[in-house]
Amino acid sequence: MDRVLGDRRAILLFVAPALLIYSLVLLVPIGWSIGYSFFHGSILGGFKPAGFSNYTKLVHDAAFWHATSITVKYAVLVTVGQVVMGLLLAMLYVFHLKKSSALIRTLVFFPVVMPTVAVAQLFVKVFQIAPQNGLVNALLQGVGMGSSTRDWLSQPNAALVILVVMDIWRAMGFYAVLLYAGLVDIPEEVLESARLDGATGWKLSRRIVLPLMTPIIISAAIFSINGTLKVFDSVLALTNGGPGSTTTPLTLYMYNTSFTYGDYGYGSTIAMALTILCLVVTVAIFRGARKDVRA
Amino acid sequence: MTAHAGVPAVATSGGRVARDEVPRSAANRRFRRRWLRKLVLRFLVVLLVLVEVVPLLWLLSSSLKKEVEFSSRSVWALPESFHWQSYTAAWTTGQLGTYLRNSVIAVFPSLALIIVLSVAAGFALEVMRWRGRSFVLLIFLSGFMIPAQMILLPLFTIYYKAHLLNNLLSLIITYTAYGLPLSVFLMAGFYKAVPREMLEAAAIDGASIYRTFWQISLPMIRNAILTIALVQFFFLWNDLLFSLTFISSNKLRTVQTGLLNFVGQYGQTSWGPTFAAICITVFPTLAIYLVLNQKVMKGLTGGAVKG
Repeated sequence: MDRVLGDRRAILLFVAPALLIYSLVLLVPIGWSIGYSFFHGSILGGFKPAGFSNYTKLVHDAAFWHATSITVKYAVLVTVGQVVMGLLLAMLYVFHLKKSSALIRTLVFFPVVMPTVAVAQLFVKVFQIAPQNGLVNALLQGVGMGSSTRDWLSQPNAALVILVVMDIWRAMGFYAVLLYAGLVDIPEEVLESARLDGATGWKLSRRIVLPLMTPIIISAAIFSINGTLKVFDSVLALTNGGPGSTTTPLTLYMYNTSFTYGDYGYGSTIAMALTILCLVVTVAIFRGARKDVRA
Repeated sequence: MTAHAGVPAVATSGGRVARDEVPRSAANRRFRRRWLRKLVLRFLVVLLVLVEVVPLLWLLSSSLKKEVEFSSRSVWALPESFHWQSYTAAWTTGQLGTYLRNSVIAVFPSLALIIVLSVAAGFALEVMRWRGRSFVLLIFLSGFMIPAQMILLPLFTIYYKAHLLNNLLSLIITYTAYGLPLSVFLMAGFYKAVPREMLEAAAIDGASIYRTFWQISLPMIRNAILTIALVQFFFLWNDLLFSLTFISSNKLRTVQTGLLNFVGQYGQTSWGPTFAAICITVFPTLAIYLVLNQKVMKGLTGGAVKG
């Protein structure tokens, strides 16, 4: 048994191809990017050593801090929105719709499988004003609020709100199914005995359901924040970072720095900052969650 | 203390007595409150369905309208007739057909490679016994959190030097590697379901490790393979960043960058073809979702929890 399952040649044969491709295409470039952050220039113009100057530039770069604040604002709003909406939907499925929830679940999951670019283009049309009104402006006109119609995506605040709403709409069905699975795993006896003790509605949710769901809510939050901090597709396709740079997160700032301005070194420095942000936030949630469970 | 503890008990028994002989109005109120709650919930469900369905129906109905209908009739109006020309325009002038073909060429070989590599690696990492396997698993795991921006510039440099920019091969290589961490990790998890006794029995019967892999383990994780293929399909099919970075030739664009390019050119003025183009990009994923509904939901969300 051990001789067969410990066959070194077989192990190498099984694991080496995956490990090799993974290392060459992922691990080596990560180190390479860190290296780039100590240089100026690009592949077309050549590289010059830069020491730590990219990092000192980063600290004093107002555009970088602005992009960071957009990333954090967006990530917090969307992650909270996705998890809370997912939780509410999951509870709706289990406690209200019960056996008949399959159809609604399927329906709400639909935007999850739609390509992001397609959803974003649909939202562009929904909020458009010229040459024709989209759904929202037509609706406003229809209810006699014609004076409030505007080009929504050209207003900084509105653009960010639309972006947040779109990404919650897009993913809430996903988190609903994810948390639904955790919710149906709560034994019926636990809920029943809590009900016998007089816990209903809000009390039942807060005292019984939420504590039992904590681990899965934490995984959902970590999964969500890891995606939202790296938001790129929906921003690019909905607003392209605009108007101005009011919806430009770190990912897009990095992309523009590298490819529009041809500064690979500074682009890599921004990517480093983003990576560190992801790591710090994930670890913080883990830590916070562990304390929460202990208390 | 004892007296204190006794108080609620008395109160509840008192409450129970009172409830047995509730006046009609109280019962009525309770009934009304419950009815109201049901009504509110039902309203919320209807609202939810509207929020999901209205944009999609609008998308579909708009894709079938003639260009004049957008300016001459209400946004809410259904198309006067099925005007399929927008689809032909999007498919040929807009080159959506080409973009779809490119996506297929880039995504499916990547999927096949991901499956083959992760089925093998998962087997070695979960079933086989060797020192360092948890370390290797950890190395794969660490790939989760790394933003794509962290590998983008070196890959661009490599593909530039190797003349692979504007070549779908660059996407296949990148997709395969980028899909590996999650797939290997999930695959290793799925192998846990293969009973140890079966592997032992096979070993005692003198089966080689390759036979154990091929004839015993593999048939037992067939479902897992489909799950991973689904998860990765949606993931890769929706890729925008890599395709945007490595492909600039219009003939080689994938669906996502192609659609973006299309609306950049025609989006403002030709609404019909734009809606048709969005529909065309939605159809393939929609079809897969409608056929494998439960599998898609379970697969995608299962991948998240374990990841």
